[in-house]
Amino acid sequence: MRVGLFIPCYIDQFYPQVGIATLELLEKLGCEVVYPPEQTCCGQPMANSGFEHLTKGCNDLFIKNFETFDYIVGPSGSCVLHIKEHIHDPAGDIPNKIYELVEFLTDVLKVEALDASFPYKVGLHQSCHGQRGLKLAQMTELMAPPFSKPQQLLNLVKGLELIELDRKDECCGFGGTFCVAEEAVSVKMGKDRVADHIHHGAEVITAADMSCLMHLEGILRRQQSKVRIKHIAEILNSQA
Amino acid sequence: MSSSHQKDHAALAAEFNKDEPRVDWHDQTLWWVRQKRDKAAARVPEWELLRDTASQIKENVLSNLSGYLRQFEEEATRNGITVHWAADAKEHNEIVFSILSRHKVDKMVKSKSMLTEECHLNEFLHEKGIEVVDTDLGERVVQLAGEPPSHIVLPCIHKKKEEIGEIFHEHLGTPAGNADPQFLTHAARLHLREKFLTRRIALTGVNFGVAETGEFVVCTNEGNADMGAHLADVHIACMGIEKLIPQRRHLGVFLRLLTRSATGQPITTYSSHFRRPRPGQEMHIVLVDNGRSIHLGRKDFRSSLKCIRCAACFNTCPVYRRSGGHSYHTAVAGPIGSILSPNLDRKKYADLPFASTLCGSCSNVCPVKIDIHEQLYKWRQVIVQEGYAAAGKTAAMKTMNWVLSNPGVYHTAGKAGRWFMSNVPFTVKNGLNTWYRQRDMPEPPKESFSEWYKKNKK
Repeated sequence: MRVGLFIPCYIDQFYPQVGIATLELLEKLGCEVVYPPEQTCCGQPMANSGFEHLTKGCNDLFIKNFETFDYIVGPSGSCVLHIKEHIHDPAGDIPNKIYELVEFLTDVLKVEALDASFPYKVGLHQSCHGQRGLKLAQMTELMAPPFSKPQQLLNLVKGLELIELDRKDECCGFGGTFCVAEEAVSVKMGKDRVADHIHHGAEVITAADMSCLMHLEGILRRQQSKVRIKHIAEILNSQA
Repeated sequence: MSSSHQKDHAALAAEFNKDEPRVDWHDQTLWWVRQKRDKAAARVPEWELLRDTASQIKENVLSNLSGYLRQFEEEATRNGITVHWAADAKEHNEIVFSILSRHKVDKMVKSKSMLTEECHLNEFLHEKGIEVVDTDLGERVVQLAGEPPSHIVLPCIHKKKEEIGEIFHEHLGTPAGNADPQFLTHAARLHLREKFLTRRIALTGVNFGVAETGEFVVCTNEGNADMGAHLADVHIACMGIEKLIPQRRHLGVFLRLLTRSATGQPITTYSSHFRRPRPGQEMHIVLVDNGRSIHLGRKDFRSSLKCIRCAACFNTCPVYRRSGGHSYHTAVAGPIGSILSPNLDRKKYADLPFASTLCGSCSNVCPVKIDIHEQLYKWRQVIVQEGYAAAGKTAAMKTMNWVLSNPGVYHTAGKAGRWFMSNVPFTVKNGLNTWYRQRDMPEPPKESFSEWYKKNKK
């Protein structure tokens, strides 16, 4: 199984450890993983700002980099969802073979055991695009049976204690350019999310999307909080 | 609030956020309504089937609208109701005014009607010397305060009871400092009763028009629509043309969804059917287009006309809860307002589709399954393509696109986050770095992932 590793631009630039954890985890689980070095960005920052018509360059580059793989896996629900919904790939089947890391582990690799340990109280932030877009977990608005793919994986990690939240799937307020265009509301949403986790005793906040965590980290650090953020790939690959 | 129309959602939301405890209060109040909705919906085992059914019935209505409208007009006329057609807000207001003039009436009671807010009927009639008294308690509160409603179901949800006490003290003469809800409600009741008894014309909104029978249904919790209509000689009902349902039995779907979605009640206290005028009474229906038929022609956006105005999308929206209804500077605020308003005025409401994180919660609570967050995304594309984006933003997006389309440029520019730090949208420097004001920046690592990979894997 040849997996093309899709590392979103801001993870490449700011959070290389998340890319490394993703790569190591997939290799541990027996995948042949290749990182196409010419990749940049999925085009979402432009598209969500109303400039989808400018994203042809990113679009074509993505196809060129990834069309030959059996699967494409990326540690970001948001970027994966963007490719799935908006890529113009007339010839290929990229939307069908691209997976966010968590769903790739639960649905394709069908992981039932992990050699990982992370002895901390962890709060799981349900990033909206992963949850409501890729359906990584049941949504509280729907009257339907509960399930959670990220939780399913976190339950396999030794020593990890998952905390409850008052609002299980409220948005953190990052929202791409929203975070600067609507700074006041974005920050308030982030502060409220952080408060919910802290109130329930989280030592670490995790998510399947680094962009939400980058926003929450910015707020935590400004508050000089001891609470840390960790991408779910780092926890699933952890030997703490 | 006309002065606030100059500011966009972000600026108005920033003002609202200057009082953080108030934002917390507003957020928690509406979240409580969302939770009531969840509990009410969970008690209906076929909830998701009901949503599907409602969505499909409305799909049928939108696809056959002209036929249903003619049927409705024919049946209503047969029932003795006078049917008027208004192409836009101006015609709507003039029709209402002409009925008032013909009866030489300069005072009127009006129950909840977001359509008349959309058409700015109160302001229009005020200029003509007509006094309109809103009889919904929440609407009366904001009317006395000189403000528009901030929420389509809970018009004065932004007011604390102490503030309502002050408004009533000033306008209705209640004792200063009395903010007891029961006392204030009683005072409003006495005040409104006098209006009901003395007004000869009553205007109501319409929740559902039934094509098959020519009747219309008005849902209220206070009975104020009924009180107005039954005591007046003339009943004027104003409805948007999309408010139709084909048959009376379809109310079995919509009435079960409407109030559970809105407030978590199983049904409104009053769901009143008006079919024909009582002897001696005059009954009018004003059917209003005001941009709806244009909207119907937009493939990507037409399904927003399915809206039954329950406001579930307001209550669940994390942005609405923390920015307040007035920040949307339009009659119908919240996520649904952000996809309806650009149809009315693209320039004035160009900001609204951007007042969202695209989290998608709105689409999930919508009882008629409008893909609200997807339409927000699509409106953004339309607004930019029609030239309503700021020039600076366009230039920044073009630069970003150029860098991100060229791997060589990206990797050179991107070394250890240098280019990113100053150019990606969340850190973009524009004099005042809006990311950094209340958040720390990510710390740039020693090497990027791609640099690490080149060293360690290749």
